[in-house]
Amino acid sequence: METIKKRKQTAVYVYEAPLRLWHWVTVLSVIVLCVTGYFIGSPLPTMPGEAIDNYLMGYIRFAHFTAGYIAAIGFLGRIYWAFAGNSHARELFMPKLFSRKWWGEVWHEVRWYLFLEKTPKKYIGHNPLGQMAMFFFFVLGMIFMIITGFALYSEGLGQGSWADTMFGWVIPMMGQSQDVHTWHHLGMWYLIIFIMLHVYVAIREDIMSRQSLISTMVGGWRMFKDDRPD
Amino acid sequence: MIESQHPQGEPADGVTLMPQSIETFYEVMRRQGITRRSFLKYCSLTAAALGLGPTFAPRIAHAMETKERTPVIWVHGLECTCCSESFIRSAHPLVKDVVLSMISLDYDDTLMAAAGHQAEAALEETIQKYKGKYILAVEGNPPLNEDGMFCIVGGKPFLDQLKHAAKDAAAVIAWGSCASWGCVQAARPNPTQAVPIHKVITDKPIIKVPGCPPIAEVMTGVITYMLTFGRLPELDRQGRPKMFYSQRIHDKCYRRPHFDAGQFVEQWDDESARKGYCLYKVGCKGPTTYNACSTVRWNEGTSFPIQAGHGCIGCSEDGFWDKGSFYDRLTNIPQFGIEKNADEIGMAVAGGVGAAVAAHAAVSAVKRAQHKGDQE
Repeated sequence: METIKKRKQTAVYVYEAPLRLWHWVTVLSVIVLCVTGYFIGSPLPTMPGEAIDNYLMGYIRFAHFTAGYIAAIGFLGRIYWAFAGNSHARELFMPKLFSRKWWGEVWHEVRWYLFLEKTPKKYIGHNPLGQMAMFFFFVLGMIFMIITGFALYSEGLGQGSWADTMFGWVIPMMGQSQDVHTWHHLGMWYLIIFIMLHVYVAIREDIMSRQSLISTMVGGWRMFKDDRPD
Repeated sequence: MIESQHPQGEPADGVTLMPQSIETFYEVMRRQGITRRSFLKYCSLTAAALGLGPTFAPRIAHAMETKERTPVIWVHGLECTCCSESFIRSAHPLVKDVVLSMISLDYDDTLMAAAGHQAEAALEETIQKYKGKYILAVEGNPPLNEDGMFCIVGGKPFLDQLKHAAKDAAAVIAWGSCASWGCVQAARPNPTQAVPIHKVITDKPIIKVPGCPPIAEVMTGVITYMLTFGRLPELDRQGRPKMFYSQRIHDKCYRRPHFDAGQFVEQWDDESARKGYCLYKVGCKGPTTYNACSTVRWNEGTSFPIQAGHGCIGCSEDGFWDKGSFYDRLTNIPQFGIEKNADEIGMAVAGGVGAAVAAHAAVSAVKRAQHKGDQE
């Protein structure tokens, strides 16, 4: 703190265009996935008329599978971007779990949320607590959902399909198909809880912290509200 | 009757010279009064049942005309005999008769004429005589608790008999969900520590034919395949024959169009139930159950549970007794004390998090209002 490290610039370009695009594509597809997934587990009331005139479950499942593909391919693209993009693109995947300083800042951030710190620290990228939540809730949650999701999808594609070859092993590992369904369902709630916290914290920090949050994910620029040191 | 089928005058160490005196399948059939015409029909039927093309019918016929019967030892552990009951009701009468006689069923304590010491002697004799050649069919499973004392066969734990018989078997068939997964006797809390046979037999190929019971035609189909082609049928990742267990009930269900249309039975006595809509919402386990019920059906192809208006209970799946009610779509998770499904748990946690977020937001707003003007 004592080192006088004045920020010359008040705005930094943090999130490059592909990353922002990925974020919002993921937002949309995850919303579609949660809604359609819920209705696959607890279907809507029975449709009137003949079966030939209706295809509601078919459409819901189609939307789920399509959104699943988009989210999964997007996630792969995001992993690629961790290598191709700037240093902030790597934060999501690498919380510095072995750095004492990093844990100290996690603690500082926890105290900030418990109203025990008056001023938060400045961060160009994620703050350490946010980075940890991103990794454990979002990254691991998404990987879990992609693996279990495609394992369930492989049941429809059939034995010997690419999805069966790559993810079919998950089903006997978890017991049987019904167990994979249950875990996939719990995974949805895990991500929903992440979304609730993520949205709340983004709004709160946008108002109360010393840098911009929401506009950064739209335009890519991190705005700092003051020129005091970090 | 089974005793009488033993080949006579075999050398005790007749491992290398597989008995010329054993009849071929075809000879057995003819001896049983089956015409050649019926025999060829049976071969075509079997080819179809196994999912093979019509060109395989003559190959099956050829194999049956030239191959010796294979001895089968059929042992019973903790079980209810529903597998045997299903097996002897195999739809095509020919299949039952032929399979029962052609597989030289040397030991089956439920079906064999001999009893007591005689029966046990027959088992021993078969094991010695056909070392490494016989097929071991296991119905039921061994309980491990108290050194296996919960299932005694011939005065000894079934566990011992199973291990003994498996040691020299060429291959092992796990009949039914008991032998394949554990079934009801392995359901929580499993006081006898019943385990599926693959936990005990680890050095032999095991063909799992799950179901409670398995479909008769599936059982005879698996045996016929092995005897005809002299090798195991192609198995899936969990050891089930692909020809019967590669698809879910749901994939071939005749009510599937109603599922895709979003037309469900909501109550057992509603209009949808009368119209024969999909039973998904009333807990049908068809979408998670691998079996051939919706194609082969039961009792000479008469019907199967869903056709009778009741959902599938998933009896051929691992641990189906412990997955909550047969009538719920979403599985209960017993680890949460009072059984809850994933949605109930998820909503409760999300509600808690939502309340926490709201409270935190309120405190944040108050704090901010208090310190207005402090900043900058």
